[in-house]
Amino acid sequence: MTIAERNFELVSRRALLTGGLAGGFLLAFHLPAGALPVNEPVQPPDDTAGKFAPNAFIRIDDSGRTTLVMPQVEMGQGVYTSISMILAEELDADFSRVALEHAPPSDKLYGNPLFGIQATGNSNSIRAWWPHLRKAGALSRAMLVQAAAKQWQVDPASCTTANSEVMHRDSGRKLSYGALALAASNEVPPKDVPLKDPKDFGLIGKPLKRLDTPDKVNGKAVYGIDAIMPNLKFATLKACPVFGGKVAKVDDSAAKKIPGVQKIVVLDDFVAVVGDHMWAAKKGLDALVIDWDEGPNAHLNSNDIWRDLRAASEKDGAVAKSVGDIAKGLATGERLDAAYELPFLAHATMEPINATVHVTADLCEIWTGTQVMTRVQSEAAKAAGLPVEKVIVNNHLLGGGFGRKLEADMAVAAVRIAKQVDGPVKVVWTREEDIQHDVYRPVYRDTIAATLANGKIVGWKYRVSGSSIMARWFPAGFQNGVDIDGVDSAIDMPYDIPNFHVEFVRAEPSAVPTGFWRGVGPNNNVFAIESFMDELAKKAGKDPVDFRRGMLGKNPRLLAALNLAAEKSGWGQPLPDRVGRGVSVQPSFASFIATVVEAEIDEFGEVKLRRVTCAVDTGIAVNPDTVVAQLEGGLIFGLTAALYGEVTIDKGRVQQSNFNDYRMLRIDQAPIIEVHVIKSGEAPGGIGETGVTAGPPALRNAIFAATGVALRRLPIDRSLLAGKRS
Amino acid sequence: MATTLTINGEPKSFDAPADMPLLWVLRDVLGMTGTKFGCGIAQCGACTVHIDGKAVRSCMLPVGAVRDRAVTTIEGVGASPVGAKVQKAWLELEVVQCGYCQSGQIMAAAALLAATPNPDDSDIDAAMAGNICRCGTYVRIRAAVKQAASQRQS
Repeated sequence: MTIAERNFELVSRRALLTGGLAGGFLLAFHLPAGALPVNEPVQPPDDTAGKFAPNAFIRIDDSGRTTLVMPQVEMGQGVYTSISMILAEELDADFSRVALEHAPPSDKLYGNPLFGIQATGNSNSIRAWWPHLRKAGALSRAMLVQAAAKQWQVDPASCTTANSEVMHRDSGRKLSYGALALAASNEVPPKDVPLKDPKDFGLIGKPLKRLDTPDKVNGKAVYGIDAIMPNLKFATLKACPVFGGKVAKVDDSAAKKIPGVQKIVVLDDFVAVVGDHMWAAKKGLDALVIDWDEGPNAHLNSNDIWRDLRAASEKDGAVAKSVGDIAKGLATGERLDAAYELPFLAHATMEPINATVHVTADLCEIWTGTQVMTRVQSEAAKAAGLPVEKVIVNNHLLGGGFGRKLEADMAVAAVRIAKQVDGPVKVVWTREEDIQHDVYRPVYRDTIAATLANGKIVGWKYRVSGSSIMARWFPAGFQNGVDIDGVDSAIDMPYDIPNFHVEFVRAEPSAVPTGFWRGVGPNNNVFAIESFMDELAKKAGKDPVDFRRGMLGKNPRLLAALNLAAEKSGWGQPLPDRVGRGVSVQPSFASFIATVVEAEIDEFGEVKLRRVTCAVDTGIAVNPDTVVAQLEGGLIFGLTAALYGEVTIDKGRVQQSNFNDYRMLRIDQAPIIEVHVIKSGEAPGGIGETGVTAGPPALRNAIFAATGVALRRLPIDRSLLAGKRS
Repeated sequence: MATTLTINGEPKSFDAPADMPLLWVLRDVLGMTGTKFGCGIAQCGACTVHIDGKAVRSCMLPVGAVRDRAVTTIEGVGASPVGAKVQKAWLELEVVQCGYCQSGQIMAAAALLAATPNPDDSDIDAAMAGNICRCGTYVRIRAAVKQAASQRQS
């Protein structure tokens, strides 16, 4: 395909839909204040002429081609397939023939029902859309059945559907959905429609092949960074290495001489070079002599940030939850206190940060891969100085999201550059810029005091101290001093504890921007809670699995997962010297997971991951193979951070820059991973982030078992482990 | 400077400075975007291509150094039996998540199997440890390499 043809294909895929939803069921979603007025088109309407277009998610043309529009974005979590399975299940569509489209930006049509805005995150795509998309599929199916029944002059109740066909039971007549598409368009959807009994599911619960993967093994998949169009220019940028610093002076005389360099764009906070290709842009950028005004953060370092956070964490916080009498609880039995600390982390999506933008006098068009379509649109509109409806966002596959692409900064930066460029420009950040100007997982400090009596916890006081990401990103999630994400999995601990108290201290790290990172609030809380559980078990003289079992009586799903993981991991069976098993359990994201990590610690303190065993009850597993894959990958993601992940600050700058010093776990360090999915009829839980939170505490506890060293900080400090054995 | 390279068996002519890494020639000059940019310093393997059948990081390979050697990219690797086997195994075992690193993973695996048809775990470690996957698909990558190795040449 030529570049011009490719461009045509990209443009023709441009956001298509503004058709309203049949039955108005979307109106039942809680829209946020300030949502776009109903009926105001935000995109050119898609061409629904000649198609059955009963709602924003389903299009069937007269050839039977069924296009499903994806309200959530695909960043590896398999959601395009899972969402398609849900729609196709209730529609009774031929799954082998569905085609997928990325949705355009529209909170009204595609707003995540749990967020109120069009966002993909918090492992909630399936949880959020499950009832709504089932209903969308079922209503559409009912309209097709009505159309067929009318044609045959029979009772719709005498018709059945399968594989994109309506059948009349008694006569054996059949009509394909394609043949019915036009007639169905004129049908009024029923007021209500029964959903399938899960025992009748034909797709949901089967390990189906993903729809997005064939083009990902042959180079055809198009990520944001792959957008190409005629007259495209390429740019890369450099912000002041010191947070908050500004550009003082730029000498571009050498850069301008580099072949292929077209333009130097100097803005107040960063400089970009535009060229005929990335190589010219990069060489040009390297040739610039930039004087920075480093500003007030030029002396900031990690020690200062930790000193401030530790001081903040000693003060009382806002009460997030309090049950029983915590003063009485803490005065009963034997007491143990601990504090756990987690570092800044970068996201390091494999696809470096990028956005392609074309700004003209009255239009701004963007090609990128984002977790927040409408936010990119509105932020880009502000940067471009155009009304929101004059910003077109073409979303693509994401080469990893991990929360980094819940931000719009990359689109805004690209728009600011594009305003000075004649024609479209693709702005790609170098990996160094990506690592050094991320929106970081915050540093956290969790202080815990607990008391034990008769081998059980009677008092538990837990205080989270760290950034409130919600206060910036979604202010409704920060109320009365409590960040709802910051205390997620802390206020809803699985254990039965009579006196229980959780506080949140908002402590923003000086100058360092913070944001969501895969695992969000639970990746901090599950680590602290499950690490402390092992310390308490030891104090109580109990086996870590038995200790947890004794307090999971009110949480049978998690108890069952724990029992299964213990059994499958060989818990309690003898291990070689310097090898330990550690366990963690979590009810996070409405999935119930127990994990056992087996690790070996050598005499130098090096940690080798031997084996991970995981048992999960995630309710109905829409695509069970995706559940397994997400746990496998999430565990690696979390264990990578536990083993290596830390961003540090010196002289106001991030000290890491690329994969040479911001280390990733590689295949030669990857453990054997076994995931056991427990059959369940409960509503689906979240899965994309669960492995991330599960791995680190289980590893930390395995190290505790193998060495007796109670680590209270990540990443793992090997110097504390050298020469130690339990 | 006008240059002609043989890429996926076809001659391709273009203008590019000799010091320009092959990666950017492929992506930005020729529009072959299947080969990915990941780090720019040969640390992640996302840009892996074959030069005369050997896995090479294209982000640090000056295009002027390629000369008359054959370049194979993810767009063309399926034309060889070993490349096709790897792609098939990748889909059968559903290795891929976000997929961004998988072009490089597949190129590395195909080069491994071309040189070592029946790799053991240490062969796989040695050949694949240069390729980072942030989605953490390593367990399935290992299994898929073994599955591809077990398939008869088609």
